[in-house]
Amino acid sequence: MIPELGHFSLILALLLALVQGVLPLAGAARNNPAWMAVARPAARAQFLFVAIAFAALAYSFLIGDFSVVNVTRNSHSRLPEIYRFTATWGSHEGSMLLWTFILALWTVSVTLFSRHLPDDMVARVVGVMGLVSFGFLLFMLATSNPFLRMPMAMDGSDLNPLLQDPGMVVHPPILYMGYVGFSVAFAFAIAALLSGKLDASWARWSRPWTTAAWAFLTIGIMMGSWWAYYELGWGGWWFWDPVENASLMPWLVGTALIHSLAVTEKRGSFKAWTVFLAIGAFSLSLLGTFLVRSGVLSSVHSFATDPTRGLFILIFLASVIGSSLFLFAMRASKVGLGGRFALVSRESFLMVNNILLLTATGAVLLGTLYPLFLDALGLGKISVGPPYFNSVFVPLVTPLIFLAGIGPLARWKQVNVPELAHRLKWGFGASVVVALLLPLAQGDWQPMVALGCLLSLWLAVTAAIGVRARLRSGAGWSANFYGMHLAHLGVAVMVIGVTMVSNYQTERNMRMAVGETVTVKEYTFRFDGVTDVTGPNYTGSRGTLEVSENGKPFTTLHPEKRIYVASGMPFTESDIDYGFTRDLYVALGERLDDGAWSVRLFHKPFVVWIWIGAVLMALGGFMAITDRRYRISRKKEGAKA
Amino acid sequence: MKRFLIPLGIFIVLVGFLGIGLNLNPREVPSPLIGKPAPDFKLPLLSDPARQLSPEDLRGKVWLFNVWASWCASCRQEHDLLLELSRQGSVPIYGMDYKDQPGDAQTVLARYGNPYVETVVDIDGRAGINFGVYGVPETYLIDKGGIIRYKHTGPLTQEILDRKILPLVKELQS
Repeated sequence: MIPELGHFSLILALLLALVQGVLPLAGAARNNPAWMAVARPAARAQFLFVAIAFAALAYSFLIGDFSVVNVTRNSHSRLPEIYRFTATWGSHEGSMLLWTFILALWTVSVTLFSRHLPDDMVARVVGVMGLVSFGFLLFMLATSNPFLRMPMAMDGSDLNPLLQDPGMVVHPPILYMGYVGFSVAFAFAIAALLSGKLDASWARWSRPWTTAAWAFLTIGIMMGSWWAYYELGWGGWWFWDPVENASLMPWLVGTALIHSLAVTEKRGSFKAWTVFLAIGAFSLSLLGTFLVRSGVLSSVHSFATDPTRGLFILIFLASVIGSSLFLFAMRASKVGLGGRFALVSRESFLMVNNILLLTATGAVLLGTLYPLFLDALGLGKISVGPPYFNSVFVPLVTPLIFLAGIGPLARWKQVNVPELAHRLKWGFGASVVVALLLPLAQGDWQPMVALGCLLSLWLAVTAAIGVRARLRSGAGWSANFYGMHLAHLGVAVMVIGVTMVSNYQTERNMRMAVGETVTVKEYTFRFDGVTDVTGPNYTGSRGTLEVSENGKPFTTLHPEKRIYVASGMPFTESDIDYGFTRDLYVALGERLDDGAWSVRLFHKPFVVWIWIGAVLMALGGFMAITDRRYRISRKKEGAKA
Repeated sequence: MKRFLIPLGIFIVLVGFLGIGLNLNPREVPSPLIGKPAPDFKLPLLSDPARQLSPEDLRGKVWLFNVWASWCASCRQEHDLLLELSRQGSVPIYGMDYKDQPGDAQTVLARYGNPYVETVVDIDGRAGINFGVYGVPETYLIDKGGIIRYKHTGPLTQEILDRKILPLVKELQS
């Protein structure tokens, strides 16, 4: 009964999405206020029914209704309750439902926080989001119905063990908040193209939405990276896997968009460019969905693939992105080009920032799709790995971070170069000297480490100069200003983490008999053998490693090797001693002869800084959203209306 | 206006490639071992650990070499197909139990039927590494001279058998 209720709600949501997509857009085009007024109630009603569908699926998972195919495939009677709930989005069908649910959530937020927007703008924005939602609902109902029934199965085949992890509780929803959140910026961009109105207030409306989506995406990617780090047992934090790339590309374009929107709001420039980036960020989110769901590229994230699904998403992708880019080609010249600026100005710095970010996106896209291109042209099968990505990324990110330091201190329109140089020379000198000396502290001077330290220090020092200047000038609190610097500081922190772990990590991969010891840096690991463990839905071996620091007992680590009962899948559960300046990471490999095991040990300096940096960036983003400017404008607009 | 058309142009090309990509299988990696002699091994039999088998013993026969394990769920999918194939008797199937406990493997064969003439046990996976096994199940077709002629990764399907493997078997046997 409950699954049918969910199915029926999805059908109602589909019809409502169609109404929400068509009537308001037609109303805005023909200036019919009654049609435009449909936008808000239709969006709210659609949200209600998508939420009912989502709740129905979650309920089926929680009670373990094994007459629902989706539940049978992805759950198990012995699966702990929390994972039964998260299994709701652990399957292809469920994650599509989550996607749609979050889209509906963003749409409802737009209807709630848009009282200050002109009616035709609201109608267009909500209408575009309705059309996107219609596509996804149709996709689900036509090819991926999460509520499909079959004769009652005895038990399920269990959730993929990789997904049985606390990280899975929050990673997908947060990541989707980011992905799908760009639909708001996209809808604003399409609305601007349709109406031909793109001014500073348009940019001010889109900014908080874009920043919010970007901050969610930052957290989502960071959680995915952290999850891969502790869960996959290889100790890596980024693998350049197609699906990771799929989330990185909208992030890079979204970052460019945030900066470009700032110019559009403050200076009225970069208009067509901003619109293009808004379309680009969401298009790449959709492309990411296509790459993950269609099985076109092989990746650890792919679920069971089905060619009809791939074809449907491709057609959907082609119509959404194709029509937006067509609209862009037709109307972009109408939105205007905006104010002029000198060769050296904050605008030009931000333009270079945008070009670098877009080039990086292009490089990631090329690397991700290159195997597909070659395969499609019959030129053989290859895979593109970290060496390519690392070698194109470093040269692009280096000038980007350097500019991120200067940009906030540069004036709009035209920079007085000698004055700027004067303000920065001490900071730059100090950064260089410290960056050259710092790697010596590790006892192993390497140029890449010096470069990483330089970039990081430079960002921190320039932020300090900027903040000091603001405090001296007596200007009050600005959430936007401090949020930006916090996010830049996050970049600095992350750069330190990436640099240190890439250059100074120690890895030992070895056979350890019981009682044997290994020493890594100042830590000695003694392998005390394994004992059998039995979990709710797995059995396994639990290793014990006594760790001592400089001869003194320090901690005990318990990595596990599990076999999940239902799927029979072997699985590595690493154990980590987290620390501010280093992580100790242990994972069990295979059982060897006479009680010995192959063991992987890592000493990872400053690795936590990578994720702390990402959290700071996201916090900076969330802080910027609270800026008074966005609220004041709301009141002003309200007074006018 | 022309320059605003560039993104659309790039996108259309991209969609073309993605469309072609839908019909390709990224997991189907050609094995460098095709056309090369099957890597040598000498491994104990599952049925009788005292006896050993090596590819050398099968010289002069065309045979299928199927890598499987009791812990491998997708091996169960192709199991019925293998049973049917062994009943037809057109080509002998030899199995390799990969990184597995022999007891578990015997239980599986006892419960679901045994399609294999013999199964060798590769507990530590060394022989598997020589074959480049990266996903179980994998199936190799080896000719009379001990040369690998075909490799399939993942569970076998009726289509693969009918269209690729069985015609090749006929050709190699004649």
